[in-house]
Amino acid sequence: MAQGSYFVPATAKWPIVGTVGMFIMMIGAANWVNNGPTGPWFFAAGSAIVILMCFGWFADVIRESQGGLYNSAVDASFRQGMIWFIFSEVMFFAAFFGALFYARVLSVPWLGGAGTGAMTNELLWPGFEAAWPTHGPAELGGAFQTIPGFGLPLLNTMILLTSGITLTLAHWALKRSQRGLLVFWLFATIGLGVVFLFIQGYEYVHAYRDLGLTLGSGIYGSTFFMLTGFHGIHVTLGAIMLLVIAIRCVRGHFTKKNHFGFEACAWYWHFVDVVWLALFIFVYVI
Amino acid sequence: MSHTTTADHDDHHGHHPTGIARWLFSTNHKEIGTLYLVFSLIMFFVGGAMALVIRAELFAPGLQLVNPEFFNQMTTMHALVMIFGAVMPAFVGLANWMVPLMIGAPDMALPRMNNWSFWIMPFAFTLLLATLFMPSGAPASGWTLYPPLSLQGGNSLAFVIFAIHLMGISSIMGAINIIATILNMRAPGMTLLRMPLFVWTWLITAFLLIAVMPVLAGAVTMLLTDRFFGTSFFNAAGGGDPVLYQHIFWFFGHPEVYIMILPAFGIVSEIIPTFSRKRLFGYTSMVYATAAIAFLSFIVWAHHMFTVGMPLGAMLFFMYATMIIAVPTGIKIFNWVATMWRGSMSFETPMLFALGFVVLFTIGGLSGIMLAIVPANFQYHDSYFVVAHFHYVLVTGAIYSIMAAVYYWLPKWTGYMYNEKLGKIHFWWSTVWVNVLFFPQHYLGLAGMPRRIPDYAVQFTEFNMISSVGGFMFGFGQLLFVYIIWQCARGGEKATAQVWEGARGLEWTVPSPAPLHTFDTPPLVDDSVAVHKDSLT
Repeated sequence: MAQGSYFVPATAKWPIVGTVGMFIMMIGAANWVNNGPTGPWFFAAGSAIVILMCFGWFADVIRESQGGLYNSAVDASFRQGMIWFIFSEVMFFAAFFGALFYARVLSVPWLGGAGTGAMTNELLWPGFEAAWPTHGPAELGGAFQTIPGFGLPLLNTMILLTSGITLTLAHWALKRSQRGLLVFWLFATIGLGVVFLFIQGYEYVHAYRDLGLTLGSGIYGSTFFMLTGFHGIHVTLGAIMLLVIAIRCVRGHFTKKNHFGFEACAWYWHFVDVVWLALFIFVYVI
Repeated sequence: MSHTTTADHDDHHGHHPTGIARWLFSTNHKEIGTLYLVFSLIMFFVGGAMALVIRAELFAPGLQLVNPEFFNQMTTMHALVMIFGAVMPAFVGLANWMVPLMIGAPDMALPRMNNWSFWIMPFAFTLLLATLFMPSGAPASGWTLYPPLSLQGGNSLAFVIFAIHLMGISSIMGAINIIATILNMRAPGMTLLRMPLFVWTWLITAFLLIAVMPVLAGAVTMLLTDRFFGTSFFNAAGGGDPVLYQHIFWFFGHPEVYIMILPAFGIVSEIIPTFSRKRLFGYTSMVYATAAIAFLSFIVWAHHMFTVGMPLGAMLFFMYATMIIAVPTGIKIFNWVATMWRGSMSFETPMLFALGFVVLFTIGGLSGIMLAIVPANFQYHDSYFVVAHFHYVLVTGAIYSIMAAVYYWLPKWTGYMYNEKLGKIHFWWSTVWVNVLFFPQHYLGLAGMPRRIPDYAVQFTEFNMISSVGGFMFGFGQLLFVYIIWQCARGGEKATAQVWEGARGLEWTVPSPAPLHTFDTPPLVDDSVAVHKDSLT
């Protein structure tokens, strides 16, 4: 609880920049989904402003950190912030996993006549038999096949788990002040992340082109693409974060005692890893 | 009490900008707290104006002022504005102002992010309110945005969803900041069980916010993809289920209800001891009761949807779980009453609002227990009884506590005493008319009047007229509140540091008005300065 010289910046210019960026981005996105012609441009402009904010804001923080303005209490606040941010991300994924479990365990069987759904099935969807995967009684999106878990998804699981190990090796190297090894293992981690994303992209193309599995393939397509899609976005973000950290490592920003920026991104990477494990089990395997 | 106060450190952090830049770029918890409170007050009147449109239309049966489509937009927007724009930012503003002062911290833990959480809000509400002027109009499906109805509305749904995303980002960042501040920035000796109850309730509220705002984001994202990207989360034809939305929404929605009432409990737990000139009765049990309510809030969500057709076992579980909430809430009510027992009480405006809260919130709580009973709920569901219930807990609960808090801490913020006479008039005026406004709605609901309709059968006319009169009187009475705040900000009788004779706690050790920077040197806290002390601990 030491706070004698807790750092409070006099002013903050970047938040309002970020706010304006997000505002333009959201206007663009809302127009875009409604087929407004200017939507993509607004969205791109807003995104550019948000990215600019990220550069500016993080640059300020890195400068202050390098300048020794942060004491242990500030460090603890950053840790708290990151922990609770990751918790909020966990809850975001929980909503989509909840949707998956609800559909699989409850609502699809009810549509098929289970429990109190007998009349629903009889009157609304006669002849529909509950099964998983399903695209529903109206067979939305047409016939489709699923991606077997023990093919590329298993390989991707191995890749992400390995990336967790390489990241830990990087951390060990950092703690031993071996900068060469640290940078090597970091880039290995990022490389594995990129390979994961590449395979994921390949799989999506395969699903759309060959398997007939799309976002419109009923509840299966919805849960499959939204869960894996949001996970993929998070891997992308995590990889970008690690890339920034890797550049900072090359420049020698971190010491073996003081490297929370590294740890925060590592926590995030491990979180993304764990989400994938749940995805692999509940979306692909079971 | 050692070195608990610090002198004015205005120039401590270098040059301080003036004018609009001061507010746009501020990192100061007091300035940002003020911004939140002013924003909330503006939204209170925006949402209030919408409520008056509703009450004007409902003054008499038949359609006279607005068309049904616009009426539905009003009920939807009134709720969104009041919940996300008025009540939540008001509590965040109070937390910003008071939490660092109450725990002896120099500022919030993450000051830049604090600025960001606030400034997102006006932009999010610009986006939300802009839908009123779009060709398809604002969303008209009710604030819960249930599919399939919400998906059958106009294109403005996308704007609403993105506005909700922005509000969610703001809330999550605000909550992270508050948790980090409370867990990390306490003065030496300010142990967890010495924290003022307002701080405790906010700690738990912040946890609820971080846990459920992302779930709301997920729910509305599924709405977005169902509407615009061809997914089938809520479409039975594709194997989805519209009821799924209700489950996800209320998994957010019920903790959300407690997000809007737990800080109110904290405020009342600060005010009643002050004006009873006694320590809070049962401090530790208050903390545990708050935690228990928060835990229970996660396992009662389906009581909002008893009529959708759920397995009997599920209904029984959610009914009993809901009723159990009455136990920790009852502990709180008991403790407030016991605090007053044999106290040396006085009845300044904050105390009046706190007492109004205890009585009227309890009415709302009891109608909540009625609603929890499944067979009775089948009758009450979607009726005006529900409207009466949640307005008792939100207006005479949450809003009353916010008003109590404003009167209680206004002298600390402005350095001047507010006009006590006008404050008392404000309380009595509001309390009379708020009951005229909402109490008849119980009868309307029990007699079968559904909510969210612009027209009704003639037998409901009298009670609707009474309710509308109450609505306009209560609504316009709030202009007095604005006047009192305005007057107090401009001047008046100088406030002392302690302000209230019976006030305890660190916030009363700094001068009034509180200087821009406080507790740059942390105070030392022991039992003698702790607000609450429990014989049990």
